Amino acid sequence: MRKLVQFLKGYKKQVFFGPLFKLAEAVLELIVPLVMVRIIDIGIANQDKLYVLRMGGLLLLIAVVSLSCALVCQYFASIASQGVGTDIRNSLFQKINCFSHRELDKFGTPSLITRLTGDVNQLQLAVAMLIRLVIRAPFLAIGSVVMAMLIDLKLSIVFMVVMPLIAFVLYLIMSRSIPFFKTIQRKLDRISLIVRENLEGARVIRAFSKQQHEAARFSKASDELTQTAVGVGRLSALLNPLTYSIMNFAIIVIIWCGGLQVNVGTLTQGEIIAFINYMTQVLLALVVVANLVVTFTKASASASRVNEIFETEVSVVDAAAAPVLVSQNPNVPLLEFKHVSFSYHDNEEYALQDVSLQIYAGETIGIIGGTGSGKSTLVQLIPRFYDVSKGELLLHGVPLQDYPLFQLRAMIGMAPQKAAVVSGTIATNLRWGDQSASDDALWDALRTAQAAEFVQSKPGGLQAEIHQGGQNLSGGQKQRLTIARALVGKPDILILDDSSSALDYATDAALRQAIRRDIQSATIFLVSQRVSSIRHADKIIVLDDGCVAGVGRHDDLLHTCEVYREICLSQLSAQEVDCHE
Amino acid sequence: MNKTVTGRLLRFTKPYALFITLAFVCAFISVSCSLLVPVFIGDAVDLVIGQGQVQFAALPKILLLLGCAITGYAVFQWLMSYFTNVITYRTVKDLRMQVFQKLSQVPLRYIDGMPHGDIISRVASDIDQISEGLLQGATQLFTGIITILGTIFFMVRANVYVALVVILLTPLSLFVASFIAKNSYKHFRSQMDTQGILSGYIEEMVGNQKLVKSFGFEEESIRGFEEINQTLYTHGQKAQFFSSLSNPCTRFVNAVVYAGVGIVGALSAIGGHLTVGQISMFLSYANQYTKPFNEITAIISQLQSAFASAQRVFSVLDEPSEIPDAPDALQKESCGGQVALDNVSFSYSPDRPLIENLQLLVKPGNRIALVGPTGCGKTTLINLLMRFYDINSGAICVDGTDIRAITRNSLRGCYGMVLQESWLFSGTIRENITYGKPDATEEEMIAAAKAAHAHSFIRRLSQGYDTLVTDAGANLSQGQRQLLCIARVMLMNPAMLILDEATSNIDTRTEILVQKAFSKMMQGRTSFVVAHRLSTIREADVILVMKDGHIIEQGTHDTLLSQNGFYKELYESQFAKTEEN
Repeated sequence: MRKLVQFLKGYKKQVFFGPLFKLAEAVLELIVPLVMVRIIDIGIANQDKLYVLRMGGLLLLIAVVSLSCALVCQYFASIASQGVGTDIRNSLFQKINCFSHRELDKFGTPSLITRLTGDVNQLQLAVAMLIRLVIRAPFLAIGSVVMAMLIDLKLSIVFMVVMPLIAFVLYLIMSRSIPFFKTIQRKLDRISLIVRENLEGARVIRAFSKQQHEAARFSKASDELTQTAVGVGRLSALLNPLTYSIMNFAIIVIIWCGGLQVNVGTLTQGEIIAFINYMTQVLLALVVVANLVVTFTKASASASRVNEIFETEVSVVDAAAAPVLVSQNPNVPLLEFKHVSFSYHDNEEYALQDVSLQIYAGETIGIIGGTGSGKSTLVQLIPRFYDVSKGELLLHGVPLQDYPLFQLRAMIGMAPQKAAVVSGTIATNLRWGDQSASDDALWDALRTAQAAEFVQSKPGGLQAEIHQGGQNLSGGQKQRLTIARALVGKPDILILDDSSSALDYATDAALRQAIRRDIQSATIFLVSQRVSSIRHADKIIVLDDGCVAGVGRHDDLLHTCEVYREICLSQLSAQEVDCHE
Repeated sequence: MNKTVTGRLLRFTKPYALFITLAFVCAFISVSCSLLVPVFIGDAVDLVIGQGQVQFAALPKILLLLGCAITGYAVFQWLMSYFTNVITYRTVKDLRMQVFQKLSQVPLRYIDGMPHGDIISRVASDIDQISEGLLQGATQLFTGIITILGTIFFMVRANVYVALVVILLTPLSLFVASFIAKNSYKHFRSQMDTQGILSGYIEEMVGNQKLVKSFGFEEESIRGFEEINQTLYTHGQKAQFFSSLSNPCTRFVNAVVYAGVGIVGALSAIGGHLTVGQISMFLSYANQYTKPFNEITAIISQLQSAFASAQRVFSVLDEPSEIPDAPDALQKESCGGQVALDNVSFSYSPDRPLIENLQLLVKPGNRIALVGPTGCGKTTLINLLMRFYDINSGAICVDGTDIRAITRNSLRGCYGMVLQESWLFSGTIRENITYGKPDATEEEMIAAAKAAHAHSFIRRLSQGYDTLVTDAGANLSQGQRQLLCIARVMLMNPAMLILDEATSNIDTRTEILVQKAFSKMMQGRTSFVVAHRLSTIREADVILVMKDGHIIEQGTHDTLLSQNGFYKELYESQFAKTEEN
């Protein structure tokens, strides 16, 4: 929490003066009924019209001053709360940009997004309330009681009884109904889920003629929602009538007991009216306090969720200060895995186990294996998206940790499994790898990636707009763009992580051919499920359940590696496999 | 237009006419009681004039009346909320059910053409909007109007001049409110727009954070974020400030009215036209009277958005349904497995013809492989066979009967369908397998699972067949999900099959199982396979080579190869190793 309080420091002036002005307004508000008492008890009783006008004028003056004070406070509140929100968002976003893949995996994108948007908004609201209401509402509630005590101590006992009673009712009803709102949300989500399933599965449902069954399922979910909603409605509908009754019955008591005192002369008629006024104020203030409690409960949940991000320690530390001077020694492997083991979650089973490999510059490496065999994990260790759990990874004979991240990652071009592009133009997307790349360089990359043709056909060519998430592109087009993007930076190491799965075989083949033709110097990693994609690699690494099952060329592996042979048999006909033997 | 929308909504509330009447009666009674409370309090205060002048004889009666009014208000207020709640949620439920039913009746064309998120939000949030806006808004409006009229009546009865002060000054708050609303709306719009842009940016940059890292794009991404965030601050601060003016401004207007009532009331009291109790009554009426005015702007905007939502919901209900089965349509009990397409033409949109004059005869037990580049019409053919879409001209016959003369359900019952996108719903594995045959015995189900090679992995799950499939089957691998879909079809034992082979991304070992299951299933059944795998294609009785919606070649693997046509080209680019050999 202390970290979050720091953010208020930049707004000391607003946080201090805002509530102060609000306090001034509240004080004035408490004075108003007293003025009214004087109008009644002095002005009317003495038939003094001038006095009435003077006091009336005072009321108007108080109104104007109150308004000014309130406006100043609201202004300060808006600056401080939006400012704090903006600052928190900025530092959160920076922090997230420092995360390694491990931390990103831990939180997950949806959670990070809600923390960055919804939770920060909640905190922002809390700051606004802090300045605007946290002083005012309790002050009005307590102030009203104090004023009542000042008028008549004995009669103010009514307040002592009523205040806790109202507070109790508020607590009782709100504490019981608020959890229901979560239930309602959950049941509403279930309704959305069923609708989504029915839209996505429309063909299957109709094929099985299950429309009525689905309707019954929906009806049940809908019924449950209705029941909960009506139930909670019944409960929360009690709030207003109950508090209203308590307050007004208290007024009855005030009039009766006050009447007794007026009769003996210890209280005036005007003072009874003031009492009634204060009673109304107490109720209003308490309702505000109750809502404040709700706001701050929500905010504290949000605060701890935001804090969790701030307090997360980044696992991949960028400690190296100076770039490493790379010596190109052909005898030293470009990359060397030395007994590398890796697990995503500490203490859990290894995703990679005891992997030892030597890869030399200029080689084309194919990596194959079933889902979950560790293919992606292996290549993600190279740019240090994760640090190895055991063993060592050397680049040009130097441990990866000794490279500054920017130097390391600039040497590597990667097209990830999930083809992702961002909104902007085709050109802005391609220049991610190299801001200064010329249009010609972009076209070269596009040609190699077999993407030039469709980019040309787009209106605007390189300047064609890409919508968020690349929704106006087909899966295959996105994949080719991501490959082109990886090529633009002219990387020493090119990693294509199953990045041609959405391409048809012909395009995939053409792509591989072009890469081999255009990129002579780079070391290329091809991760794939398809034998046809990697069979001509210089070195094929076969992974099985996190372990290296074999390393070699296609023909050799067919004989020596059972896992590889099995994979081949599932994809090629026996004849094709055999004709190579 | 609004008239028809209102009319249609009212029709939905018809079954609850009794509740509606009760709600209005309760609203009327509770508002009347709440208006009487200040009158009685005023009367009571007037009995407490001063020392020795308290009329204890009359006081209990007034206080009793006061108590009744308070209780009346509380009870009927609660009843009113209860009734409106019931009406609201039941209407909403009916409306949801109707929309859902509609979705199972519309042609698939509609579901395919609409973004699913859009439809879901109509079913979930738009309908909520209607309930909140229209129904709750309507009761608020009703009680508001009664309150305004009632207060005017009581105030004028007590004293015309003081009443005029309240009536004339209050519209001031309406004026202030509309000024604030106009200003804050403008800023709110910009704030919302910027928030939308920021959320989009967050979604992209956080969602693609791994990509950001692999390209070392962190600094640019942070810079972009800070820019948008700063704009958000500018708009957000203004929006918050202007909207936070409404409370202080309302208080100000109230204070002015209060002062006005104090002055004019006291002067009237001095002139003997008003009692002190009536002044207190006026003071609380002033409050009650302004409240509905302040709420009116909110209610109107709520009503507007509710109308917009209602229109969106009704537009779904207005979609034409599928042409119903002919009354004399054949209920097909058994199926021979012969399919004939005679001169079939079809297109999704009239300006882009897709399938034209398609001729095909499939004999019982034949295995048909559909081959061709993406977008050539392979899945379209499935849509037509299952009658998800109706053909434009020509005829499709099953066992010699035009499929339009067969009931949809029984036609679809002839086919077992496994699509590439394996659809499971959130339920147990058991429920998913027995989806088409809920009364299947345990033995039948297990037999089907075994036949689909799914039994062994299901058994290994911690809950076995009772394992819950979470959202869209995220806890199962894609291959496993497909095996479940196969088991589901196996259990149905259909005469014909429609299979859509997955292109890739299934792990190799499951892949082998899927293929085994597929070929077991196809034994002796007429099958249509959208094929990506060479083995499937080779074993087909007839290969249909599709291009741009036409079947351009037709024959077995060997005859097609010898034709030296498009198939050969396709085969060589996809499966053979042209590039190297």
